[in-house]
Amino acid sequence: MLLLEQILNGLQYSALLFLLASGLTLIFGIMGVINLAHGAFYMVGAFCAAYTAMATGSFWLGGLAALIGSACYGALIETSIMRRLYSRDHLDQVLATLAVVFFSNELLTLIFGRSPPAMPTPEWYSSFVQVLPGLMYPVSRLLFIAAGLLVAVGMWLLINHTRLGMLIRAGADDHEMVGALGVNIARLYTLVFVFGCALCGLAGFMAAPLLSVEIGMGEKILITTFVVIVVGGVGSVRGALVGALLIGMVDSLGRAYIPPLLDQLLPSETSGTLSAGLISASAYIVMALVLLVRPRGLLPARA
Amino acid sequence: MKNLVLRACLATSLCAATAAQAVEPVRIGFITTLSTPAGYLGEDSRDGFQLAIDQEDGKLGGVPVQLIVEDDGLQPAKAKQIADRMSLDGISLYTGVIFSNVLAAVINTATKDGFYVSNNTAPSTLAGEKCMANYFVGSYQNDTPHEMAGVAANELGYKKMVILAPNYQGGRDALAGFKRTFKGEVTEIYTKLNQLDFSVELARVRSLAPDAIFQFHPGGGGINFAKQYGGSGLSAQIPMVVPVFSMDERMLAAVGDVAKGTNIVTLWNPQSDNPANQAFVKAFSEKYKRAPTVYAAQTYDTARLIGAALKTSQGNLKDQAAFRAAMKNVKFDSIRGDFSFAQNQHPVIDWYLLQVQAGADGKLVEVPIRTLATRHVDSYAAQCAI
Repeated sequence: MLLLEQILNGLQYSALLFLLASGLTLIFGIMGVINLAHGAFYMVGAFCAAYTAMATGSFWLGGLAALIGSACYGALIETSIMRRLYSRDHLDQVLATLAVVFFSNELLTLIFGRSPPAMPTPEWYSSFVQVLPGLMYPVSRLLFIAAGLLVAVGMWLLINHTRLGMLIRAGADDHEMVGALGVNIARLYTLVFVFGCALCGLAGFMAAPLLSVEIGMGEKILITTFVVIVVGGVGSVRGALVGALLIGMVDSLGRAYIPPLLDQLLPSETSGTLSAGLISASAYIVMALVLLVRPRGLLPARA
Repeated sequence: MKNLVLRACLATSLCAATAAQAVEPVRIGFITTLSTPAGYLGEDSRDGFQLAIDQEDGKLGGVPVQLIVEDDGLQPAKAKQIADRMSLDGISLYTGVIFSNVLAAVINTATKDGFYVSNNTAPSTLAGEKCMANYFVGSYQNDTPHEMAGVAANELGYKKMVILAPNYQGGRDALAGFKRTFKGEVTEIYTKLNQLDFSVELARVRSLAPDAIFQFHPGGGGINFAKQYGGSGLSAQIPMVVPVFSMDERMLAAVGDVAKGTNIVTLWNPQSDNPANQAFVKAFSEKYKRAPTVYAAQTYDTARLIGAALKTSQGNLKDQAAFRAAMKNVKFDSIRGDFSFAQNQHPVIDWYLLQVQAGADGKLVEVPIRTLATRHVDSYAAQCAI
């Protein structure tokens, strides 16, 4: 029963990682931009959700505000800054997007101040559902898993069964050829970027009641998000899904079972430090192992 | 041309003003953390210190002072550069640092030709055998809140506890401090530094079914933990004991209603009827339009402590022995009641247990439950030979 609960916890963490990683991997795969500012849009989403929900008292309006806020901020950044970076080398992109991180942090500090807000939630949100006999699980976390699942299915439909998806796939393979065929590539780029930002907004909205809504919250999760897309294969949404599941599960189950296991095997002084070290490194160990066997990730976009 | 005349006028009047000001103000170097998510700690500290200066119209203890605030960005190397520059500028009185790793980088520069008076962190490494003549602490010794949490758990009758902290020096010290005084049985769980999701650890807590938990996660991590502890339904079943740094007033506001029932161990009781405290809370709330945190309170107290010593020494920091004596025998109306220094120049103060409860208007309030220790001397004082 505890194992099942820990698996659900792992799924929930995977869902958060997937919402962020799918947008990031699309942006990297199609535009070739290393976007360190991806976490900033997640932060903007969380702040929009929390402050709108506080002002209106409506949980769902908070969600809407997060999607719109992140998408608008994304559109602004894409048209003013990102657009100039597509043809530049990776160092320029890293520097510019890092500047966007600092700028966004200071902007939100100026607007909202330094006190983290509390996101109000409706009654049903903090209730529990009986998943199995003897296992009660919070609605809030089930909702998170559902959102991740929904986005995964939605992305699959979008990419494999729509015209836009076809362009996205084509763009990821050879964007020069797509442009030569008369597709408005600048518009496609803006669209993909804004779409990725809206997914960040969704992640921010889902995370706002569970996590601290604070300046710099995006940077904390960005590194793990990059690990996810490297493990999954850069540019591939399927890869992002697999990567998110793998990293989310390894992290959660590792935290749950490594310490009790080592406690039984080793004397307590050594087991404590060893398990803490293993837990901190687990995601990176997985990444190293995957790259050793498949240097381009599990499901790379381009064969 | 008109402009030029105007400027000349301004310049001369400025000169006149400086000439009239006979005493050169004592400059105080305030190195603190204003950026990063922990920026609010520095913001509250700075505002607390500034309030004490403003209340005396730019003076502390009747001596004109100038506060020079710099942001260390939570980077020890940057803090060291700032301290070196301030030292070259001739500043010889420092305070403001929030984090112990930053303090370690600053302390030698600050105490070489001057004084450091801590408004916040005071690691055990500087409290025992390696205590320093020019280093005073106005706040508290780092281990004490965790030791007091152990005392609180004993007094609340808990026998079996799960204790959690991030796996870094501060976290390990916290759990060690708790175990020093707690008499029951403990299970330790180390979390990752900067961990976001605690559902896994919470599931373990549920399966271990302790009488209560103790956790130390300062800043954003603490908000995450407390939100999820409430969200998992555990807060209604298993009480939580925390040092105030895991649930300061701003964190409480961010966590909201699920923080109800949290037991907070603190060195400052915001509701204390001590007149100096009442005046501080009122003045701070009026000036900054928010309730003061413990960081603001202990920094305000440190500012007034410095003020009292400046008054005795008439603002003269050149005579180090005289200023040291003025600090050691300092008398001032602390917002925490009686205040004096132990052998190691760390404060001897009272410790309290507060509990978060719903007030009459439904808003959360911190209700004083009991005094955990009166005139408490920290665990390292006896090892110091100044």
